[in-house]
Amino acid sequence: MKEYQPRYRGTHTVYVFVESPDLTPQDLSLRAYEAAPDLMIKETCFGLQITGEPARVASVVATLRALDPTHIFVKDRGFPPGDPRRCRANLGGARPGFFGHEFELSLIRYISHGLAALPHRDGGESALEVLERRKKKPLDPGRIRALFEAEVSSHG
Amino acid sequence: MAKVFIYPTTSLILSDMVARFGHEPLGSALGIRERIQTAGFDSPPLQVTPEEPKKGLRWAAVEVPSGVRGRMAIIGPQIEEADAAIIINDADLAFGCMGCARTNELVMYLLRHRGIPVLDLTYPRSEEEGEIFVAAIREFLEKLPKGGNAE
Repeated sequence: MKEYQPRYRGTHTVYVFVESPDLTPQDLSLRAYEAAPDLMIKETCFGLQITGEPARVASVVATLRALDPTHIFVKDRGFPPGDPRRCRANLGGARPGFFGHEFELSLIRYISHGLAALPHRDGGESALEVLERRKKKPLDPGRIRALFEAEVSSHG
Repeated sequence: MAKVFIYPTTSLILSDMVARFGHEPLGSALGIRERIQTAGFDSPPLQVTPEEPKKGLRWAAVEVPSGVRGRMAIIGPQIEEADAAIIINDADLAFGCMGCARTNELVMYLLRHRGIPVLDLTYPRSEEEGEIFVAAIREFLEKLPKGGNAE
């Protein structure tokens, strides 16, 4: 076994996904560089990866999110960008974890719609009650008994 | 700010929603980050060392495969730490090259066994479902201590 010394110790890395008709990852990266020239920022096809001191990263994320709150989504990442254990430049094929993001990004427009509709929902029916109402209920034991009895009596 | 466990633990949507509404999402990225940033023996790709399946014995028996126990060493402490949980029940992405169906079953069991508030959801497949999905998460999180507001 060989010794392991981590790079970028004490930093946080976050993914910033942008799925907006008005904002591209390039626009977002320029805004991020303006807001934080001291952080490590990597532009990707889906948005950005930002690495740096945790409080600074959180403040830049808040600045970026404000640009288009319903179309920008943020998530923590365990690895720093370009890590040879994860980067597809070294491994070939898609980065592990990409398929999960790809799947969720295919549904993200519904989430954007839901976020945009939130202010209009205030005072309306509770969403938790709607979920509860739509939940599949288990069959009532009394109903099963009635079905059995009907079946038995029909065979006389 | 409450600590909210998310399932799937790698979910972008849940991680964003929980942080957006003012709470702390607990997912696998935090556990992996902790290991990646700790010096020790080199154990690529996730720095999960042979010690981890031993730690996993707290949540799974010794005859359970080491893959389950190794995963539980990352996820188990987060389940114990969580004040609430949000589960997406039709998340096929939680099983595959990086996920384990038996670990997922154990995670569900432990979450429900702990008695913390749990919100059960499915992925939205339309705009109307998207509205209910987002609003339900906000309402659920607002009931937790020190909830935030939507932006």
